[in-house]
Amino acid sequence: MADFEPKIIVFACNWCTYAAIDLAGTSRLSYPPNVRVIRVMCSGRVDPQFVLEAFADGADGVIVAGCHPPADCHYIEGNYKAYRRFELLKRILESFGIEKERFRLEWISAAEASKWVQVVNEMVSDLRRIGALKPKLEVD
Amino acid sequence: MAEKPKIAWYWCASCGGCEESLVDLAERLLTLFETVEIVFCPVAMDFKKEDVEKLPDNSIAVTFINGGIRLKEHEEMVKLLRRKSKIVVAYGACSAWGGIPGLANLYTLDEILERKYLEVPTIDNPKEFLPAKKTVVSIPEVNMKFELELTEPLPVLRPLDKVVDVDYYIPGCPPTPDVFWNALQTLLGNNLPPRGAVLGALWKSLCDECPLNETKPEKLLVKEFRRVDRTTPEPNKCLLAQGFICMGPVTRGGCKALCIKSNMPCTGCFGILEGVVDYGGKAISYIGSILDYSPMQEEEIRKAYDKIPDWVGVIYRYTLPASKLRHKVGLEFPKLIKEMVEL
Repeated sequence: MADFEPKIIVFACNWCTYAAIDLAGTSRLSYPPNVRVIRVMCSGRVDPQFVLEAFADGADGVIVAGCHPPADCHYIEGNYKAYRRFELLKRILESFGIEKERFRLEWISAAEASKWVQVVNEMVSDLRRIGALKPKLEVD
Repeated sequence: MAEKPKIAWYWCASCGGCEESLVDLAERLLTLFETVEIVFCPVAMDFKKEDVEKLPDNSIAVTFINGGIRLKEHEEMVKLLRRKSKIVVAYGACSAWGGIPGLANLYTLDEILERKYLEVPTIDNPKEFLPAKKTVVSIPEVNMKFELELTEPLPVLRPLDKVVDVDYYIPGCPPTPDVFWNALQTLLGNNLPPRGAVLGALWKSLCDECPLNETKPEKLLVKEFRRVDRTTPEPNKCLLAQGFICMGPVTRGGCKALCIKSNMPCTGCFGILEGVVDYGGKAISYIGSILDYSPMQEEEIRKAYDKIPDWVGVIYRYTLPASKLRHKVGLEFPKLIKEMVEL
């Protein structure tokens, strides 16, 4: 597994995490290129179906990132809904045999470029350790 | 008189409830027998596979198949029936999305066999026999030997449309007689809907036809989830508002809210709505929205979710093999099935 490069799908909130990722770029911070970032308007916009589809289509890990609770959300309570949904989704993923390292819900504000870099670094090293996700059987 | 349209009826991994729904047509059965000719229906009539093979291709007007595809035999039969039929209908939740037998996709076949033949408290199997492809039974007293060949199980259960092309779906566990009757009129009429349509049911969610919809509060929020085996729901009040997980918001309507009228929450047997790709994912989405805690109340949220011991069984009860993940990841192929055992 020395050559394994995990693929990570990131759903990033437009108002905070996406700005943090931008900030990481303009601050010339470096982080592994394993992430594919999808900008959404709010972490509350991320339907659990998106995450399931990402795993089914070959993502090794998924990050959903939004604004810090209690009061940072641009839409007041989008991150509240995201938290409650993904707490439940984590239980479902566990039943499907998807390790907990493969899914993270993170709060990253527009100023926290270094937290973004840290989250990506941690996740990439976790996924290198546990290897690729194999969601398909021959009969599929 | 013109020839009556030929109808076939086949079962795969199912419980027989779908056949029951055919019988439940009651008096309408007489009309059915006047209008169609049933050429194959293993549950009620003595026709064999050879009889189907002898029919010309595309000669059956409609074949109704219920149950998911779990055995090689199922796969073989549905492929044969597909060749012989103009229209193939996935009848009932198991055939359309996997249904209850589809929940077994969370376990390997070996785990299922061990559980069923060795572990369950009701099994009496002192010599620990497991089913094999071929079983030989010798009876020395009469100097005779019998052989039984069993079909092979497949590693996971699949809905019908993952194995053959399916023209239409009839939802329900089982479909109600009215749903079946409406669907039958459509199928035998001249105006066939576009391929892939769900017949006999509504295109809106169950809440749309639910008699308790009026009692739903403007903003639906609950502090805890409740279970019908612990508490009896108050009648005539939206079950979700009382904290019972009712799948109505994400489930197709058309059943006339039968369970709700008996004071039971919807379990989702009418299945996936138009535009939804993963039933369970959509269910998580709405369940997460109605729980009334903020992310700072981690403990309360954890406790609320702990109240339901089997979340997969709640949100994927009828649709697990049709979900995005379809089965537990990294399932292994069975090792326990032997070529032959001798009894």
